[in-house]
Amino acid sequence: MRGRGFQIYAICYLIFLYAPIALLPIFAFNNSTVISFPLSGFTTQWFSQLWTDTSLLLAVKHSLIVAVSVSILATCFGVFAARATTRYAFPMKQGLMGMIMLPLVLPDIIIAVSLLVVLMQMGASLSILTVILGHTLIATPFTIAILNSAFQSLDKSLEEAAIDLGETPASTFRLIILPLVMPGIISSLLIAFSISLDEYIIAAFLSGTEATLPVYIFAQFRFPNKVPVIMALGTILVCLSIALLTIAEYFRRRGIAKAGGKDTGGFL
Amino acid sequence: MTSSPAPAARLARPLIELREVEKYYGDYYALRKITTDIREGEFFSLLGPSGCGKTTLLRCIAGFEDISGGHLAIDGKDMEDVPANKRPTNMVFQSYAIFPHLTVEENVGFGLRRDPSSKEDKARRVAEALEMVGLKGFGKRAAHALSGGQRQRVALARALILKPRVLLLDEPLSALDKKMREQMQSELRKLQRQVGITFILVTHDQEEALIMSDRIAVMFEGEIAQLDSPERLYRRPISRKVAEFIGIMNFLPAQVLSTGPQIALDVAGLGQIGIDAEQCPGTPRTGEASVGFRPETMTVLYDGDPEPTRGKVAQGTVEEVVYFGDMSYYEVRLEGVEKPVQISMRNVVGRPVLPRGSRTRIAWEAGALVLFCEPKG
Repeated sequence: MRGRGFQIYAICYLIFLYAPIALLPIFAFNNSTVISFPLSGFTTQWFSQLWTDTSLLLAVKHSLIVAVSVSILATCFGVFAARATTRYAFPMKQGLMGMIMLPLVLPDIIIAVSLLVVLMQMGASLSILTVILGHTLIATPFTIAILNSAFQSLDKSLEEAAIDLGETPASTFRLIILPLVMPGIISSLLIAFSISLDEYIIAAFLSGTEATLPVYIFAQFRFPNKVPVIMALGTILVCLSIALLTIAEYFRRRGIAKAGGKDTGGFL
Repeated sequence: MTSSPAPAARLARPLIELREVEKYYGDYYALRKITTDIREGEFFSLLGPSGCGKTTLLRCIAGFEDISGGHLAIDGKDMEDVPANKRPTNMVFQSYAIFPHLTVEENVGFGLRRDPSSKEDKARRVAEALEMVGLKGFGKRAAHALSGGQRQRVALARALILKPRVLLLDEPLSALDKKMREQMQSELRKLQRQVGITFILVTHDQEEALIMSDRIAVMFEGEIAQLDSPERLYRRPISRKVAEFIGIMNFLPAQVLSTGPQIALDVAGLGQIGIDAEQCPGTPRTGEASVGFRPETMTVLYDGDPEPTRGKVAQGTVEEVVYFGDMSYYEVRLEGVEKPVQISMRNVVGRPVLPRGSRTRIAWEAGALVLFCEPKG
């Protein structure tokens, strides 16, 4: 039968993709510190342990502060850059944009090491603040890419029409441009948030004593009895990610429907 | 609305004064020293092929482009330091630029945001504007759900609600289908007469410009080649280029034998004739020239038709004939002329179209000819 091979391929691919994630909740509810089959019984003790582990909760708090700050900062920078490239002509535009986008392909370890050297030279102390700086650096190229396409699809005459009808450039931005690129801004916020949330290398180098969640989790793997708690944490994070993605997709579709556009792709 | 002065007085007063207006990007000149007046209350068209600078000129008047040189005044006030949002102009964009996230009402009322009048007053004005463009009852609809023609009307209502001194229209009908376009052409014309606002229309469609305008500026390569009424433009084009851009014109090589109040010519296919000096838009001079005529100014005669009382007759052969229902289009080769000329004839019952290859006589009037004394090529 034609296409049979492709079907098998697709199924194998999906198993490869999701089997490890499916294991997370299984072991999160398993009544044993050993991660192996057969399962030994149902328990929710790992989840209750989560709430008593103060250092883990602190890591979550750090990660959330970093991720929220990074998503806002990187999205602001993305808006500036996208606006500049889609509306204005300036000397060396191509070269400058290339330089801004470079961290996209630069290995994170290189960025982490060079940032560390620079920060040490400046005498800065390592904290979540330095992690925010590092993450903003790597997240900004992604936000620019997303926002560029949002700004590019904006008809220039919409702005001109608003100005023609008496609005100033600032009020035009607020009344016309911002609502129309809002779906792009929301995607950008979410992407930057998730990039920052699971970033390990830069966080490991720059966080000092204020470990973020990935740094904390990695450190915990030295203690086997902590592993089921990590599984429980992982389960919660997966559920949160799905919820977040669903919300983002809802807003994206609503934005498109509102603007009367055609739905072309998206996350789901 | 304020009471308007007598039409003659209104037409006499220039509303927009352009003095040697230039626009260049680097060493590319989009506009070259344009000097002209646009009168109060007229329907003015900027007509030309793409890239001739017509849209640039419109955008300079709107304030979206700064002029590189010269002066631009609206209503006697120099516009140099006046930004687009402070100019007494409003624009209908080619893409209509309807705000897709707003309703029809919000779109039309957008320009009233800074108006100090009451909410009820604004709502009334929006309703009036919608009624004026035939969209009564559409106010609550989402703007993006409208058809092309409806968007066009919303754009018009939105621009007219501020009662601008000048309404600028940038190829407003080019996105509509033929039937809708023809309907909007006559509606726009009526609307302009009704509101009495000066309209400046940019178009590349000569037919559209002829139908709608009081005056047309034909532009080529950043310059106004001719500024005239539609009739003058059609009957007395100033150059072969303008003539070719507006409708169809046949050209015949000619020799100017003598000049004066009467010009003596020897025209290929037509023979020796005399025309009025008025029929030469440039400066007549003896030597090589060409003579142009519109397809409908010549008549194909049938066998047995009497010689025309006015005008003259030439001999020719029908090379091609296209039947078009109400009209027939002939291509006729005049004796001694290589390129066939085009002649259009209204079809009449009992007179079937002449078949190809027919030998025929062509009746023509010297008054319909235009003499172009310009260097060849």
